[in-house]
Amino acid sequence: MAVKKFVVGNFDDEAVLFPAVKKVRRAGYKIHDVFTPFPIHGLDHAMGLRDTSLHTAGFIYGITGTTTAVSFITWALTVDWQLNFGGKPFFSLPAWIPITFELTVLFAAVGMVLTFCYLCQLAPFVKKDHFNSRSTDDTFVMALECTEKTNEAEALSFLQSLGAKDVKVDYKETGWWLGRYDKDTKRFEKKAEAVH
Amino acid sequence: MSIRENFVVPKRYNTIAISLMVVGILAIVGLYVTSGSKESEHEQARFWASLLQNSVYFLLVVNASMFFICATTLAWGGWQMAFRRVTEAISAVVPVLGVICGAILLAVVFGGQHAIYHWSDAHHVEGDPTLLHKKGFLNPVFFSVVTVLTILLWSVLGWKMRQLSRSLDNNPLPTVEERKKYIWKNTVWAAVYIVVFSLTVMSSLPWLWLMSIDAHWYSTMYSWYTFASTFVAGVALIALFVVFLKNNGYLEYTNNEHLHDIGKFMFAFSVFWTYLWFSQFMLIWYANIPEETVYFKPRAEGAYSGIFWLMFLINFLAPLLLLMTRGAKRNYGTITFMALLIIFGHWLDFYQMVFPSPMTDEKGVTHVPMILYDFGVALGFVGLIMFSVGRALTKAPLLAKNHPFIKESLIHHT
Repeated sequence: MAVKKFVVGNFDDEAVLFPAVKKVRRAGYKIHDVFTPFPIHGLDHAMGLRDTSLHTAGFIYGITGTTTAVSFITWALTVDWQLNFGGKPFFSLPAWIPITFELTVLFAAVGMVLTFCYLCQLAPFVKKDHFNSRSTDDTFVMALECTEKTNEAEALSFLQSLGAKDVKVDYKETGWWLGRYDKDTKRFEKKAEAVH
Repeated sequence: MSIRENFVVPKRYNTIAISLMVVGILAIVGLYVTSGSKESEHEQARFWASLLQNSVYFLLVVNASMFFICATTLAWGGWQMAFRRVTEAISAVVPVLGVICGAILLAVVFGGQHAIYHWSDAHHVEGDPTLLHKKGFLNPVFFSVVTVLTILLWSVLGWKMRQLSRSLDNNPLPTVEERKKYIWKNTVWAAVYIVVFSLTVMSSLPWLWLMSIDAHWYSTMYSWYTFASTFVAGVALIALFVVFLKNNGYLEYTNNEHLHDIGKFMFAFSVFWTYLWFSQFMLIWYANIPEETVYFKPRAEGAYSGIFWLMFLINFLAPLLLLMTRGAKRNYGTITFMALLIIFGHWLDFYQMVFPSPMTDEKGVTHVPMILYDFGVALGFVGLIMFSVGRALTKAPLLAKNHPFIKESLIHHT
């Protein structure tokens, strides 16, 4: 629940965006994020983002599913309610493999979707706000986070010199809260300051 | 720095290949002296079973390379173009191994090796209602016609695909129209190959070559399962050659991204193999009908249970856990190790497909023969593949630089 201040620039060409990302990082600015209408290969690498841990989480969910299935079926069919299926032993592992597999997939899939939503701060009924709505259409929007040391005017002109358009200072909610970006009024307390 | 377009076979490479072939020949001679030359039908069968298993396995493994080429061509894939010539070189060995394998198969059928193919004994078939019923499919004439035709078609269609690829080396296609036409031509020939491939390896050929060793038993999944086995080993072989060439300073444009995708194939098809392996087992286990369980009795529980469960370990658990991470699929060491493990694991798979039935004596007791000879024979085939692929690699530039999709491969990113 923290409204932060950002310097935002709009790029309309990948070929301009990549060198800009590199220079902004070298100049020491903190890139909050780059918003793009489609996934751009290599951008995460250029921004210096670490690899996602989503797959590790998926592995753990999968293992959890496997253990749940095997342990529950084992308990149910060998301890709690023994049934004779065609003379097979009570502990008939081959027959349980399909269910174990399904539960592994189910746990991994559902767990990963929920984790992904959490990481991206998405939830039903929460509407996301954009720095610039053209980032869902045809331009790439870069947001620099302002710290107490940041000189906004300098940052603005620096972004402009790198080829950014529609440069502005903006305030946004950065955290994860149960509200609606389009209904919440807090961010309108301070107006975005357009430069031109 | 200019790129090294043409492969020069290192001296040590050929020395190793030739010494492996010598080991193979010594093993075959040793096996002939200890088993093949004996009076007993079962001793002879042991000799021929080893040749049969190794030649069929390695033929199907190198042939998987051509399947890889045609499948990616049909999918209009571009990423594999950077190392396309490696797959082409491996598939160029198909005629060589095809002749060897065909000769061995025909020798087994017509040489009176009834302990391997019971159905080839006309006298025995007369008194065996089950085999009599299958006579239209399991008879020497049908077997040999299908075998010869299959090997011929694989060789000719493979040659055609390689020819199409090399025809561009010295005359680039200037216009988009011509490129589109070229891709279309490639697609058509690849489709023809895939049709032949699916009518053979994927559906019926392993029934003849391998499943008919247990002539009374049948499984409709058998061919598909054999295909999965050889395809994953085939991709592992491609990975080995790619890593070998990278380590020797070739294939400048093939990088971690391509290796990552080959690793994905190895991972995915290991799981796919397990799926079929288990499905075949589970249905038979569940129904528990004696005429079906007879196949798994010596394998899952009897003399071959060690090999059977070792396969589970190295063909499923090891690839699943060791190839799961992104880093592993981009690491030359891991990929090399896993490729060797997978090729060995599926060789074991073929071992337990072929041997239990011929190795069952008159009293119905199954035993595992001394496996060292079979390792020797396998090494001989490995040497032959190394030697022939090395030769084939020198025949053409290592980069199909004029292929319309080459750019897609150079900028490939996973």
